[in-house]
Amino acid sequence: MKLGIPSRVFRVFIIALTALYLAAPLYGMLDFSTKPLGGQGGRTLRAWKAIGNQEDLTSSITVSFAIAIIVMLLIFLLVVPTVIWVHLRLPELRRPLELICLLPLAIPGIVIVVGIAPLYRWISINITESPISLAGVYSMLILPYTYRSLSASLDLVDVATLAEAARTLGASSMRAIFGIVMPTIRSGIMSGVVISLALVLGEFTISSLLSYDTLQVVIYLLGREDGKIAVAVSLAALLFVFAILFAIPTTKRRGAILDADIA
Amino acid sequence: MADMSTNAYVQLVSLSKHFGKVRALDGFSLDIAQGELVALLGPSGCGKTTALRALAGLQDLDSGNILVDSKDITFLAPNKRNMGMVFQAYSLFPHMTARENVEYGLRMKAHRTSSSERVARASKLLELVGLSTHVNHLPHQMSGGQQQRIALARALAIEPKVLLLDEPLSALDAKVRTQLREEIRRIQIEVGTTTLFVTHDQEEALGIADRVGVMRGGVLEHIAAPSELYERPRTSFVAEFVGITNPLPAVVSDGSAEVLGVKVPTVAGSITSGAGLALIRPECFKVEASTSGNAKIFAISFLGATCRVTIDLSDGSRVRTQIPSHDATNLGIGSAVQLTLKSVPVFVKGA
Amino acid sequence: MDNSQITRAGSQTGTGSRFWRNKKDYLGVLPFLVVAGLFLIWPTINVVYGAFFSDEGKFSLKYITETIQDDGHRIPFVHSLQISFWTSIAGGILGALFAWAISTGKPDGLARRFVLAVGGVLAQFGGVMLAFAFFATFGFNGFVTTLARRVSETNFLASPEWLYGLFGLGVVYTFFQIPLMFIVFLPAVENLKPQWREASESLGGSAKDYWFRIGFPILFPSFLGGLLLLFVNSFSAYATAAALISQGTIITPLDIGSALSSETGGASAPLAKTLSLYMVLIVILVMALYSLLRKRVSKWEQ
Repeated sequence: MKLGIPSRVFRVFIIALTALYLAAPLYGMLDFSTKPLGGQGGRTLRAWKAIGNQEDLTSSITVSFAIAIIVMLLIFLLVVPTVIWVHLRLPELRRPLELICLLPLAIPGIVIVVGIAPLYRWISINITESPISLAGVYSMLILPYTYRSLSASLDLVDVATLAEAARTLGASSMRAIFGIVMPTIRSGIMSGVVISLALVLGEFTISSLLSYDTLQVVIYLLGREDGKIAVAVSLAALLFVFAILFAIPTTKRRGAILDADIA
Repeated sequence: MADMSTNAYVQLVSLSKHFGKVRALDGFSLDIAQGELVALLGPSGCGKTTALRALAGLQDLDSGNILVDSKDITFLAPNKRNMGMVFQAYSLFPHMTARENVEYGLRMKAHRTSSSERVARASKLLELVGLSTHVNHLPHQMSGGQQQRIALARALAIEPKVLLLDEPLSALDAKVRTQLREEIRRIQIEVGTTTLFVTHDQEEALGIADRVGVMRGGVLEHIAAPSELYERPRTSFVAEFVGITNPLPAVVSDGSAEVLGVKVPTVAGSITSGAGLALIRPECFKVEASTSGNAKIFAISFLGATCRVTIDLSDGSRVRTQIPSHDATNLGIGSAVQLTLKSVPVFVKGA
Repeated sequence: MDNSQITRAGSQTGTGSRFWRNKKDYLGVLPFLVVAGLFLIWPTINVVYGAFFSDEGKFSLKYITETIQDDGHRIPFVHSLQISFWTSIAGGILGALFAWAISTGKPDGLARRFVLAVGGVLAQFGGVMLAFAFFATFGFNGFVTTLARRVSETNFLASPEWLYGLFGLGVVYTFFQIPLMFIVFLPAVENLKPQWREASESLGGSAKDYWFRIGFPILFPSFLGGLLLLFVNSFSAYATAAALISQGTIITPLDIGSALSSETGGASAPLAKTLSLYMVLIVILVMALYSLLRKRVSKWEQ
């Protein structure tokens, strides 16, 4: 579509202005994290090199990844089969299930942590003190995205027919779900994986208020000690995610869902 | 081949436009008389849509002129050209009712009318396209065919100098297509608007146009009335693009060609002497059951009033013929037949 | 989950399920219900229920009424509403304009991929990291502050106290509202078919006619929906504020955090729950409006 001259100028202006606003803090991070020590001397990568030496950081990254894996397992082995099961066998439960799965959209992280604090107190005393137990609540936070993309895929593919075909060929229900139906809706599941990772790595509210040391909490505490390293870590994380997002082809997002609660 | 009668109502003079390496229009010229419906026909990429959009002002040109009613409008903005346009898809404004869509043009400064006149004109047009009962419906509540009819009404509401139709039927079901194209023609004749109709469907073009222009590679190959285009094509491309042809060996001399043992006159544009390929239309064959025939039937398709009979010749070539069904009653797959030609002019291209 | 006891149930509900119903099938949802019950449903009930109790464990409307009357809680709540309102408008308008600007560019170019990736990243920007980014830029040693100081000592940007208050929080929030709106609104802008613009032009309409009669009206529901999403996003945010504001509870999420784990002895579970309840009510209201809007828009999406 050809734009008239005034539109073209306006367009460039908007892009420039927004780009500036968005780029400033990013540049600020780069600048800050490479500032010379005590104001003397030239730029330094000290802060960046020190990232590798931060024990808390590396252990929290490991834990966060572990949590992410458990969350994904919970999604694959529990949530997805249940949604498919209800879709196939218990259609009258579809509405209640949908409501449950969309509940996290209405209940922000800060509210969930208030209600769930007693449970996690109990867990850390009786089961484990490790942040791994956060996987339970995290998998609930992801429900809306998982459910949305799943039900979209399920509506698209005639799952009932597929499952029936599998059954008439002798497969048990479990086999039908895991072996036939799930691979068909693979793309919906894939985006769920990406979102899980993003949420687990970026979550701060619940973990900090429950006093667990996840990645974001460690970065926060690091910031109180050595600002430069904290900023370097943040910038590194950003670049990493950006590289991934840039590499995969653009995914179209319809019916915009709230992106993972950044709180 | 240019068509240059002077003082035509719409004159596209030597339009050129290229996109990168592709020449969409290459010195394209076309004249449209007032009240005429000209169809631009051609394969995709031939430039027909580019030409239409250039006329509408939605496409800028490298060179060339456009004149309407003897005024040069080449550099006139599209919203000042007073042309109505119907698109292939997404014609209607989705948030407006049928009536609001039709009234849209009449609200613009260029065509401002009093509100009572606007309402009256919209009603008249909605009646003209047969959708008075749908005035308050939104586009998504109407079928594709109905939407296009509203789009037509909307385009005609502003009493445009030229009506531009950009493959308006291509997105519709086959049955709706045939019905709607005849309605479009009926309305066009009734209102008398000069019309340019772009399509890749030759049945459409031949069915409703006063003249059909076949385009290729950004130029007009041949423009003529449908029957003339069909019976006396001027180039082999036109002959093969419009309708079905069967290439058969022929020998040309003295303005006539010998094909299948029959001597028939050649059409202007054919080669003038020597060996070549005659492009024969299916209905120009004569098929007679004959035990000593020169051919054998490969397949028969009953199409209702006619039958499509595919015939294998002794030299191995395969020919598609079309004969009235009652002539085919005694024919079956494998029947031996004698294939000859009716005495109609043929186009012969080089071998 | 074998079907050895198959009972034929007349299938009246649901579409397409031709499996024979079996009471045992309900067992299939049990594992999920256990997990969801523990980690989602029970906490929610806990919050809603617990708001109606006092610290001593007795049923009481104490906190329900107190939070409305007590300035210490009402003001943060008002602040939360204000900041959400303004940042969603600011972020919404800028994000929408940016989406329009990008949509008129090349459809599959490298630039488009780049922008979408950046948008995705920024919208997911953890609150803590975002706060640090702003410290690094507008804080005491930030490059913008340094530049501003060179221009003049009394420059607004030269003294970074503004960053640590409500206004600063708003500026930071807007930073992530813009990409979020961009991602949410871009599909709507791209759905504006060029044919509509062209039809408007051929019917005699100017650019103004097109935008006022066609472009804006069509985009409005999606725009409003985006604003609502942005509102909820801002309203629910905690991490950014926690990292940025070291003292005080100027917005409700911080108030809740303090009620949950205050070191100064102000911790009170029922208070936290009451505040949470009020938050949830607002969020549900806005999300309900949002889904109503979505239904309207999907009618037009052919």
